[in-house]
Amino acid sequence: MPVKVLIPTPLRNLTGNAAEVEVEAADIAGLINALEARHPGLKERLCDPSGKLRRFVNVYLNEEDIRFLKAEATEIKAGDEISIVPAIAGGC
Amino acid sequence: MTSYAKSLQCRECGKEYPLEARYVCEFCFGPLEVAYDYERIRRAVSRERIAERPRTMWRYREFLPADGENPVTLDEGCTPLVRARALGERLGLKELWIKNDCANPTHSFKDRVVSVAVTKAVELGFKTVSCASTGNLANAVSAYGARAGLERYVFIPANLEAGKVVASNVYEPHLVKVEGNYDEVNRLCSEIAGRHRWAFVNINVRPYYAEGSKTLGFEVAEQLGWRAPDHVVVPMASGSLLTKIHKSLGELHKTGLIAKPATRVSGAQALGCSPISTAYLEGTDTFRPVKPNTIAKSLAIGNPADGYYALRAIKESGGAAERVTDDEIVEGIKLLASTEGIFAETAGGVTVACLKKLAASGAVRPDEVTVAYITGTGLKTQEALHGRLKEPPVIKPNLASFEAGI
Repeated sequence: MPVKVLIPTPLRNLTGNAAEVEVEAADIAGLINALEARHPGLKERLCDPSGKLRRFVNVYLNEEDIRFLKAEATEIKAGDEISIVPAIAGGC
Repeated sequence: MTSYAKSLQCRECGKEYPLEARYVCEFCFGPLEVAYDYERIRRAVSRERIAERPRTMWRYREFLPADGENPVTLDEGCTPLVRARALGERLGLKELWIKNDCANPTHSFKDRVVSVAVTKAVELGFKTVSCASTGNLANAVSAYGARAGLERYVFIPANLEAGKVVASNVYEPHLVKVEGNYDEVNRLCSEIAGRHRWAFVNINVRPYYAEGSKTLGFEVAEQLGWRAPDHVVVPMASGSLLTKIHKSLGELHKTGLIAKPATRVSGAQALGCSPISTAYLEGTDTFRPVKPNTIAKSLAIGNPADGYYALRAIKESGGAAERVTDDEIVEGIKLLASTEGIFAETAGGVTVACLKKLAASGAVRPDEVTVAYITGTGLKTQEALHGRLKEPPVIKPNLASFEAGI
C-alpha cells in the first residue's frame, strides 16, 4: 500500500534532497519505521528516544493533524498523503 | 552598524547555526532563536543613548537582529502607554496601564515584527515576502513589503473579517484566500516554503520576526521610568508575544538598563481556542491542539508552536492564564472603549475580559503596577459588535424632533 510522504526542507539531506518519498505502511508508527529503513537517521530526528513523535513535529494525514485522529496508531491506506511539518508560529 | 546578534540557537538542544533564513533545528526540530552578545550590547547602550533616538521601536536596535541603521520602517512602535484609572477602578486595580498598540502604522503590533522580518529579508537577498496570517500580519506584510518594493504573497483563511481583507488588499499584494482555518493555512504555507525561495515572515525568517515583539516590553519599561511592571497581561495565540515580552525584561536587566525584574506574566485566550490557558488551568505540560471556534480570529491558533514556552514563562514568573467566552470578549471590548476611549479588536476584548477575571480571582493583585497589552484596533473586526451596541435614534433635522426624541 504505497503512500506519498511530503518531506520538509530540514530533513531532505536524509532523503537525497527528495521532497516526496513513497513508502508502504499500515499506520503512522509503521510509516516512520519504513522511512527509517529507506532513509536511516530519519526516525531519531522525528522521534524522541522513547519512540514518540517529538513535541515540535507535526504529522498530517490528508491535511488532518494526526493528533485529532489516533496519533501514531492512525491507520493509513493506499493513496493517502502524509505531510511532516515542523511546528511554526504566527498570530500573537 | 554591526549587528549584536551572533547566531541562531536551538531552544531545545542548544545547537548553533549561522544567521540565515532557517527556523528549525536540523537535528531535533526545536525552534531556533536569535542569540546575542549581551556583553557587547551592555557596553553599547545606555538609557541616555536610547532616549536621544527617534521615537520608533528601532531606538532599541541593539536588541534586534537586523540592520538598525537602514530598516524597512513606517515609524512603528513607541505607542502610547496610558494610565487606565476608570477601568482600574472598575476592576479594583490601583495602578493599571494600557499599552495601546492600535497606534501603529497598520494598527496592530504586527508592524513591529514585520519591520524586523522585512528588513532581514532584504538583507538576506529575498525578492518576495510571504506569510500565513489571521489578518493583522497580512496587513503588515502587505504594507511593509510594498514599502520595500518586494513581491508579496499573502495567505489568509477565507472567512476573515472584511476589514482585515480590505486592509491587506489595498496594498496590492498577491492575496490568497484559503478554504480552511489558520492552522491549515499555516501548514500549506510551510509546504509552499519548501518549494519556493520566499521569505515567509512567520516561517523561515520567524526567528528574526519574533524578536520584534520584544520592543513591547522595552517600551513599557522605558515609559514607566526604566522599571519593569509588576504584572503584564498578554493575549496568546501561538504564545510567542508573551514569551518575547518576558524575555525583553530580562534582556534590559542583563544589559544594565533596569533592576532585576520580578514581573509576573499572565496570558489571555478565548475559550473557543484556548490550548495554552487550558493546559495551565488543568496543570499539564502537554497541549491538545484544538479546532478554533471563536470570534477572536486573530488568536485562533489551535496548535500553538510557542505554547510550551509561554506556559513555562507564566509558571516561572508566578503569573496565571485565563480564558473567556465570546460574550465576555464583546463585553471586554465595550468596557475598554467606554471607560478608557480605546477601541480594541477582539483580541483586546480577550485581554480585558481575562484581566477582569484575573483581578476578581486575586491572581492580579490590587496594588500591582499592571500593564494590559492591546495589540490591534477594533475598526478591523467590527463584525464582532453587530447587534451588540445600542441603535442610535434617528430624528428630523429640527429642534422639536431633537427635544421629543432624545
